[in-house]
Amino acid sequence: MTGPARIANGLLTDPDRPVGFRFDGRSFLGQHGDTLASALLANGVRLVGRSFKYHRPRGVVTAGPEEPAALVEVVGPGGREPNRPATTLPLGEGLVAASQHRWPTLTFDLLSINGVFSRFLPAGFYYKTFMAPGWAWERLYEPLIRRAAGLGRLQPVAGAQAAPAETIHDHADVLVVGAGAAGLAAAHRLGTLGLRVILAEQDEVLGGGALQDARWDTWRAQMDARLRRLGSVRCLTRTCVVGAYEHGVFAALETLTPAETAAFGGLRERFRIIRAQRVLLTTGAIERLIAFAHNDLPGVMQAGAALSYLRRYGVAVGRRPAFFVNNDEAYEAAIALHAAGVEPIVVIDARAESRAAERARAQGLDVHGGAVVQEARGRGRVRAVRIVDRDGRSRELEADCLLVSGGHSPWTALASQSGASLRWDESIAAFTPALDAASGCVAGAARGCFGLARAAADGDAAARALAAGLGRSAVAVAVDPALALPEDAEVTPIAPLWEVRGRGPAFVDLQNDVTTDDVRLAHREGYEHVEHMKRFTTHGMATDQGRIGGLVGSAVLALARGLPVAQVGQPRPRPYLQPLPFAALAGSDVGAHFKPKRRLPLHDAHAAAGATFVAVGLWLRPLVYSTETGWGPVLKEARRVRRSAGVTDVSSLGKIDVQGPGAARFLDFVYANTISTLAVGRARYGIMLREDGMLFDDGTVARLGAEHFILTTTTANGAAALEHLEFHLQACCPELDVVLTDVGDQWAQFAVAGPRAREIVAAVVPGIDLANEAFPFMAAAAATIAGLAGRLFRISFSGELAYELAVPAGEATGAWRAVLEAGRPFEIAPYGLDALNTLRIEKGHVTGAELNGNTSADDLGFGRLLKKQGDFIGRTLSRRPGLAAPDRLQLVGVRPLDRTKRLRNGAQLVAPGAAGTGLGYVTSSTPCVLEDGWFGLALLAGGRQRIGQRLHAVAATHGEQIEVEIASPHRLDPKNTRVHS
Amino acid sequence: MLRIRCPWCGVRDEAEFRYRGDASVRRPRGDAGLAAFTDYAYVRDNPRGWHLEWWLHVGGCRRLLKVSRHTVSHAIHAVGAPDDHLPPPPDGARE
Amino acid sequence: MLTTRPIGSIAGRGSSGRYSILRLFREGLNGQRGWSHAWRKATPRPRYKVVIVGGGGHGLATAFYLAAEYGIGDVAVLERGPLGLGNVGRNTTLIRSNYFRPENVRFYDHSLRLWEQLERTLNFNAMVSQRGTLNLFHTEAQRDLFTRRANGMRLQSVDAEALDRGAVRSLLPLIDLDNGRYPVLGGFLQPRGGTVRHDAVAWGYARAASAAGADIVEHCEVTGIRQVAGRVTGVETTQGVIGADIVCLAVAGHSSRLAAMAGLRLPIETHVLQAFVTESVKPLLDVVVTYGAGHFYISQSDKGGLVFGGAIDGYNSYGQRGTLTMAEEVAAAGVTMMPGLARLRIVRQWGGVMDMTMDGSPIVSRTPVAGLIINGGWCYGGFKAIPAGGMTTAHLIAHGTPHPLAAHLDLDRFADGRTCDERGLGPFPYAH
Repeated sequence: MTGPARIANGLLTDPDRPVGFRFDGRSFLGQHGDTLASALLANGVRLVGRSFKYHRPRGVVTAGPEEPAALVEVVGPGGREPNRPATTLPLGEGLVAASQHRWPTLTFDLLSINGVFSRFLPAGFYYKTFMAPGWAWERLYEPLIRRAAGLGRLQPVAGAQAAPAETIHDHADVLVVGAGAAGLAAAHRLGTLGLRVILAEQDEVLGGGALQDARWDTWRAQMDARLRRLGSVRCLTRTCVVGAYEHGVFAALETLTPAETAAFGGLRERFRIIRAQRVLLTTGAIERLIAFAHNDLPGVMQAGAALSYLRRYGVAVGRRPAFFVNNDEAYEAAIALHAAGVEPIVVIDARAESRAAERARAQGLDVHGGAVVQEARGRGRVRAVRIVDRDGRSRELEADCLLVSGGHSPWTALASQSGASLRWDESIAAFTPALDAASGCVAGAARGCFGLARAAADGDAAARALAAGLGRSAVAVAVDPALALPEDAEVTPIAPLWEVRGRGPAFVDLQNDVTTDDVRLAHREGYEHVEHMKRFTTHGMATDQGRIGGLVGSAVLALARGLPVAQVGQPRPRPYLQPLPFAALAGSDVGAHFKPKRRLPLHDAHAAAGATFVAVGLWLRPLVYSTETGWGPVLKEARRVRRSAGVTDVSSLGKIDVQGPGAARFLDFVYANTISTLAVGRARYGIMLREDGMLFDDGTVARLGAEHFILTTTTANGAAALEHLEFHLQACCPELDVVLTDVGDQWAQFAVAGPRAREIVAAVVPGIDLANEAFPFMAAAAATIAGLAGRLFRISFSGELAYELAVPAGEATGAWRAVLEAGRPFEIAPYGLDALNTLRIEKGHVTGAELNGNTSADDLGFGRLLKKQGDFIGRTLSRRPGLAAPDRLQLVGVRPLDRTKRLRNGAQLVAPGAAGTGLGYVTSSTPCVLEDGWFGLALLAGGRQRIGQRLHAVAATHGEQIEVEIASPHRLDPKNTRVHS
Repeated sequence: MLRIRCPWCGVRDEAEFRYRGDASVRRPRGDAGLAAFTDYAYVRDNPRGWHLEWWLHVGGCRRLLKVSRHTVSHAIHAVGAPDDHLPPPPDGARE
Repeated sequence: MLTTRPIGSIAGRGSSGRYSILRLFREGLNGQRGWSHAWRKATPRPRYKVVIVGGGGHGLATAFYLAAEYGIGDVAVLERGPLGLGNVGRNTTLIRSNYFRPENVRFYDHSLRLWEQLERTLNFNAMVSQRGTLNLFHTEAQRDLFTRRANGMRLQSVDAEALDRGAVRSLLPLIDLDNGRYPVLGGFLQPRGGTVRHDAVAWGYARAASAAGADIVEHCEVTGIRQVAGRVTGVETTQGVIGADIVCLAVAGHSSRLAAMAGLRLPIETHVLQAFVTESVKPLLDVVVTYGAGHFYISQSDKGGLVFGGAIDGYNSYGQRGTLTMAEEVAAAGVTMMPGLARLRIVRQWGGVMDMTMDGSPIVSRTPVAGLIINGGWCYGGFKAIPAGGMTTAHLIAHGTPHPLAAHLDLDRFADGRTCDERGLGPFPYAH
């Protein structure tokens, strides 16, 4: 037996496939196709959780994702997941779930004491207390509050890595959201007219409201079959459209079944980004609650949910139900339960008379017209309801559940996000949306068109209109004959009813424990705008987004303010319509794949040489050719360069090829120094400024022909520099004929540096006379390098005699090996980024630490490079007075007086005795390569005037303070004899 | 997510483009002086409404596009080359 | 250096009475019926000494400090809609003072000290929670930058601590220190950083300012700024013309539009910053943490939801909603930093519109129009600055000269070349 309350076969459940599961440690049996909620209800379990603030007992209220109360923790292989609505949780074999937010047990929850004191804990009580003593908030009150709040526990298994996730990019002519009568009819029409349609349905089956009525089973089945035949309609079930974005982009969450999850390696959901020309919102309507005393007692449910449990799962939610309604639609549940053999059934209808009441009475139901429910009674579950009859008499009726319907509100959240305007429709006592025709339309119950046949017809009409707007008309295409629609019953209009005042808390938000008194308190204190009320009371801010009680809260506020609900309005809905797991939104670009990895052309050669790699932006670069930490291996590499020769990979530098008759003029514009005077076969150090006069990037410019230049940029700015050039070429110099080509990935480049570099390079570049006079410092030429067509530059970043060899990236390994081979007599070895840094710091070359976006050319000592004639980017604004201020931070060198002390990058420079005022800071530092002690570069206020001064370098985070002497930044070979040698 | 109709590549996702700011400010002549350059580099109309702006199609043709986009609705009504004169934006655009 | 002294509590004299646990108890016995409006719903008088445009955090704080610190109560705060629904009600509630530039450290730390006494100043518990803000770093270059910042803060006696990986792990049990792409090398903690319940800040300042005599006028949209001979004389509103000696714009996100009414153009672009909140869960994260390898920061609210965000969307926008592209990037960074977040569910995504200035620093300044003052340009850092922003703006209004803590935030800095660019990104707001 799969539960005593299972009285029939459900549409979705299979009585021949029992499923075992555990809830709060007890074992139960359900049926394949159940949700946890239906299985618990089938087993007579009413109490499933405790409420957020007052820890009141709570049961299942709805049968779908709008569930506010029946939230459970699910324990799975990945750990414990909180707050899963039992109403949408598929019952897989072996499911383990537990109630949450209670201690020690669900039935005996000590924090239910909060409920006793609830009169002292109204909305926003925390704003008015816990203020003294000052220390107590963080140390006492707040920890208590945090522990008491928070619903379920998220306990991922330790060391768990991100689960697999998929992002799917989808396209459609029309996205139809919701596959009820309107959505099915519309999708069918659109598909028949040849439009590409995605029909997204959050439920596991198509049908929506049509699932609730047996008379529609045939129509549903036929429609299902027809849609399957149409190649142009894709039906996505378990797919909730969670957000609407501009330009016809929608985000949808597709939840996989447990079987699919098992088949797809643990994949739990797909995140779909759908681009559609039009959207058709057939999202249906949501039944709303009525506020009355203890309307949160387990056993108080939505009337439509009772019908769902009966139809879908064959479960009767009670043996002796009472209904509390104000509309005809809700009678369907009462009549269906009655037909299934549940009796006696009593209906309390706020309206005196109605067509539905007549029909119900004819079938033998007991209907109290003109009556209201004042209170649900019982301890821990409904035992009775107190009603007030039409003549004002109050009495109690026995009942084991109370099924409520306060009317149906079109689900407008997605429409609002799509830019719809909302209008109050008195005939249904709810807001209805209207979309701008250019984006799509709303049809069926989603715009207040209730009744399945009416909705289907409305969906069909909307589809025709959309299709016509997209250039498809029914005339041109043979269309399937329409299916016969069962007739809608005649209905008596709803009588709006939001609250029945009585004794005891009446909830408008069951998940956040917001009562009608809280709403009135908000009004009393001036939080009377609906957004203020929401924020003050937290109404509608829980995971269910207040779907069943949101409008009720607005209505209670409206009554307090003496305004129509239409004027008070509802808070603005925001994405996501259904809570969205981080994993789904994140997709697969996580963990090791968070960003792409760029490997150098010579990556494998470096790895084979024992390199430790370091992430520099997207690049992986060799840091040092050793697994040892510390300065030892670095200094060994650097000393080899200073004494003999080393080779380092600089392929990650950006390389831009610039050609055309306007190339020289363009480069004069983008570089602050003059480029056009550069002779063919020569290279020059170049600096680029931003328009505000700050240094943007630096590198070398080599002229390979009259109209042909090759630039290098820093590794960090490779992409940005190219965009900078492209932007300025197209926006500011359209008259120049210049072609920019990113050749960064085409060329591998490495520097051979050291006093013996010439001999080594000569061995691999046989065709070029490398004598100083023939190929001087800053020479550049096309060259055959180890048999490859390459380029040779005599440039240096290390302060040594050096050459950079550029070869086609795909063949770089051969050239690299040839250099190592040729250098063997000189004990050449590769050097990594750390050694490269050490060498450049001693020489006073700047990198990103100094080119920090706040330094001008003059700050770094490049003032004399700025050309005197002609416009260039940054020229005018670099002449602002602030950039000539005497206290600008300028580049200097620093050296500890005590040679045994080390410098720290980020140490602040302070005048002795002037603690509190920093004058600047150390940007880069290194142990000296060939002598004792440390040397660093620093940015120092009025630094050039302070050369020779003694300051303190304060590294508070290291607990250090040392005395340093300010020096020239160019410690090594200030006369440049080595690079010219 | 914006979808921009590149005149050379068709409708493409926002991710292919790099935003380059206000296209209604044009760089002054080199000798225009400090005030003109301060305006150019720093001062913006910053409209709440139709905005002329640069997008560089880095993931496509690498052309610089001039785009007229509404800064509330994000509607795009025209895209062109840097020197194109885009048609004037519609009145009463939805917000 | 300015010292902070406790501000005399002037709250509690208004109609809403004094808040306390005893009062809460008393009202509880009486069905909570004895409470009244937290702030007076004022209708505007024809003229005020000072009109503040914008009933957000900075506008309300300015009104409060004008009355409490500078004795000027003849003030109206005009708000287009209901108060506090702009950025003060949309941010991710963080407070901190870990800045690079010494003048910023001074300004924001003064703010932090005002936060520390806020509930006593306002008699309103905005739940200032100094749980610490932690910045993770992943490269040596980042370590150097943060070290420089921390050392600079320590020079000014502001708290900053360097944490090694072990210390990071003990603060963040969910962290993946060795994610395959950018391993965490360590972190820098400012223990006094933390979070504040954002809505309560607006309400608390509104209540206190109202109690001190300021008129808070909601649903009053300014449609024009009146001037005579280059001097402001008042504002035109949907509730009529209101005269004023001084008009202060405190409408970050919309500063350009209001300034345009006075014929001014500003070094500002408006951009959207989004924020997100997850479902409520039991305590999971006891510190505010910022990822160093991607756009992501996160904290947990007292209610249990995890509040997080990333970077601005990157193009001019007044649409108070988030975009999908940035949301995906933020979530990916979150899962990379803490894989255990994967199954946590995000409930809402929203956006606020920011005044992004051309150097990333705010503007608290006089303008070329005499009597017109701007408090704006807060970029995405306006919330934490509310107390200091309000205080220094009040000073500027009362004295006509900048408060020493905010002297670097003047409008002239752009033309003069004295920009205050924390991150060196240049005049490209979309890149900040």
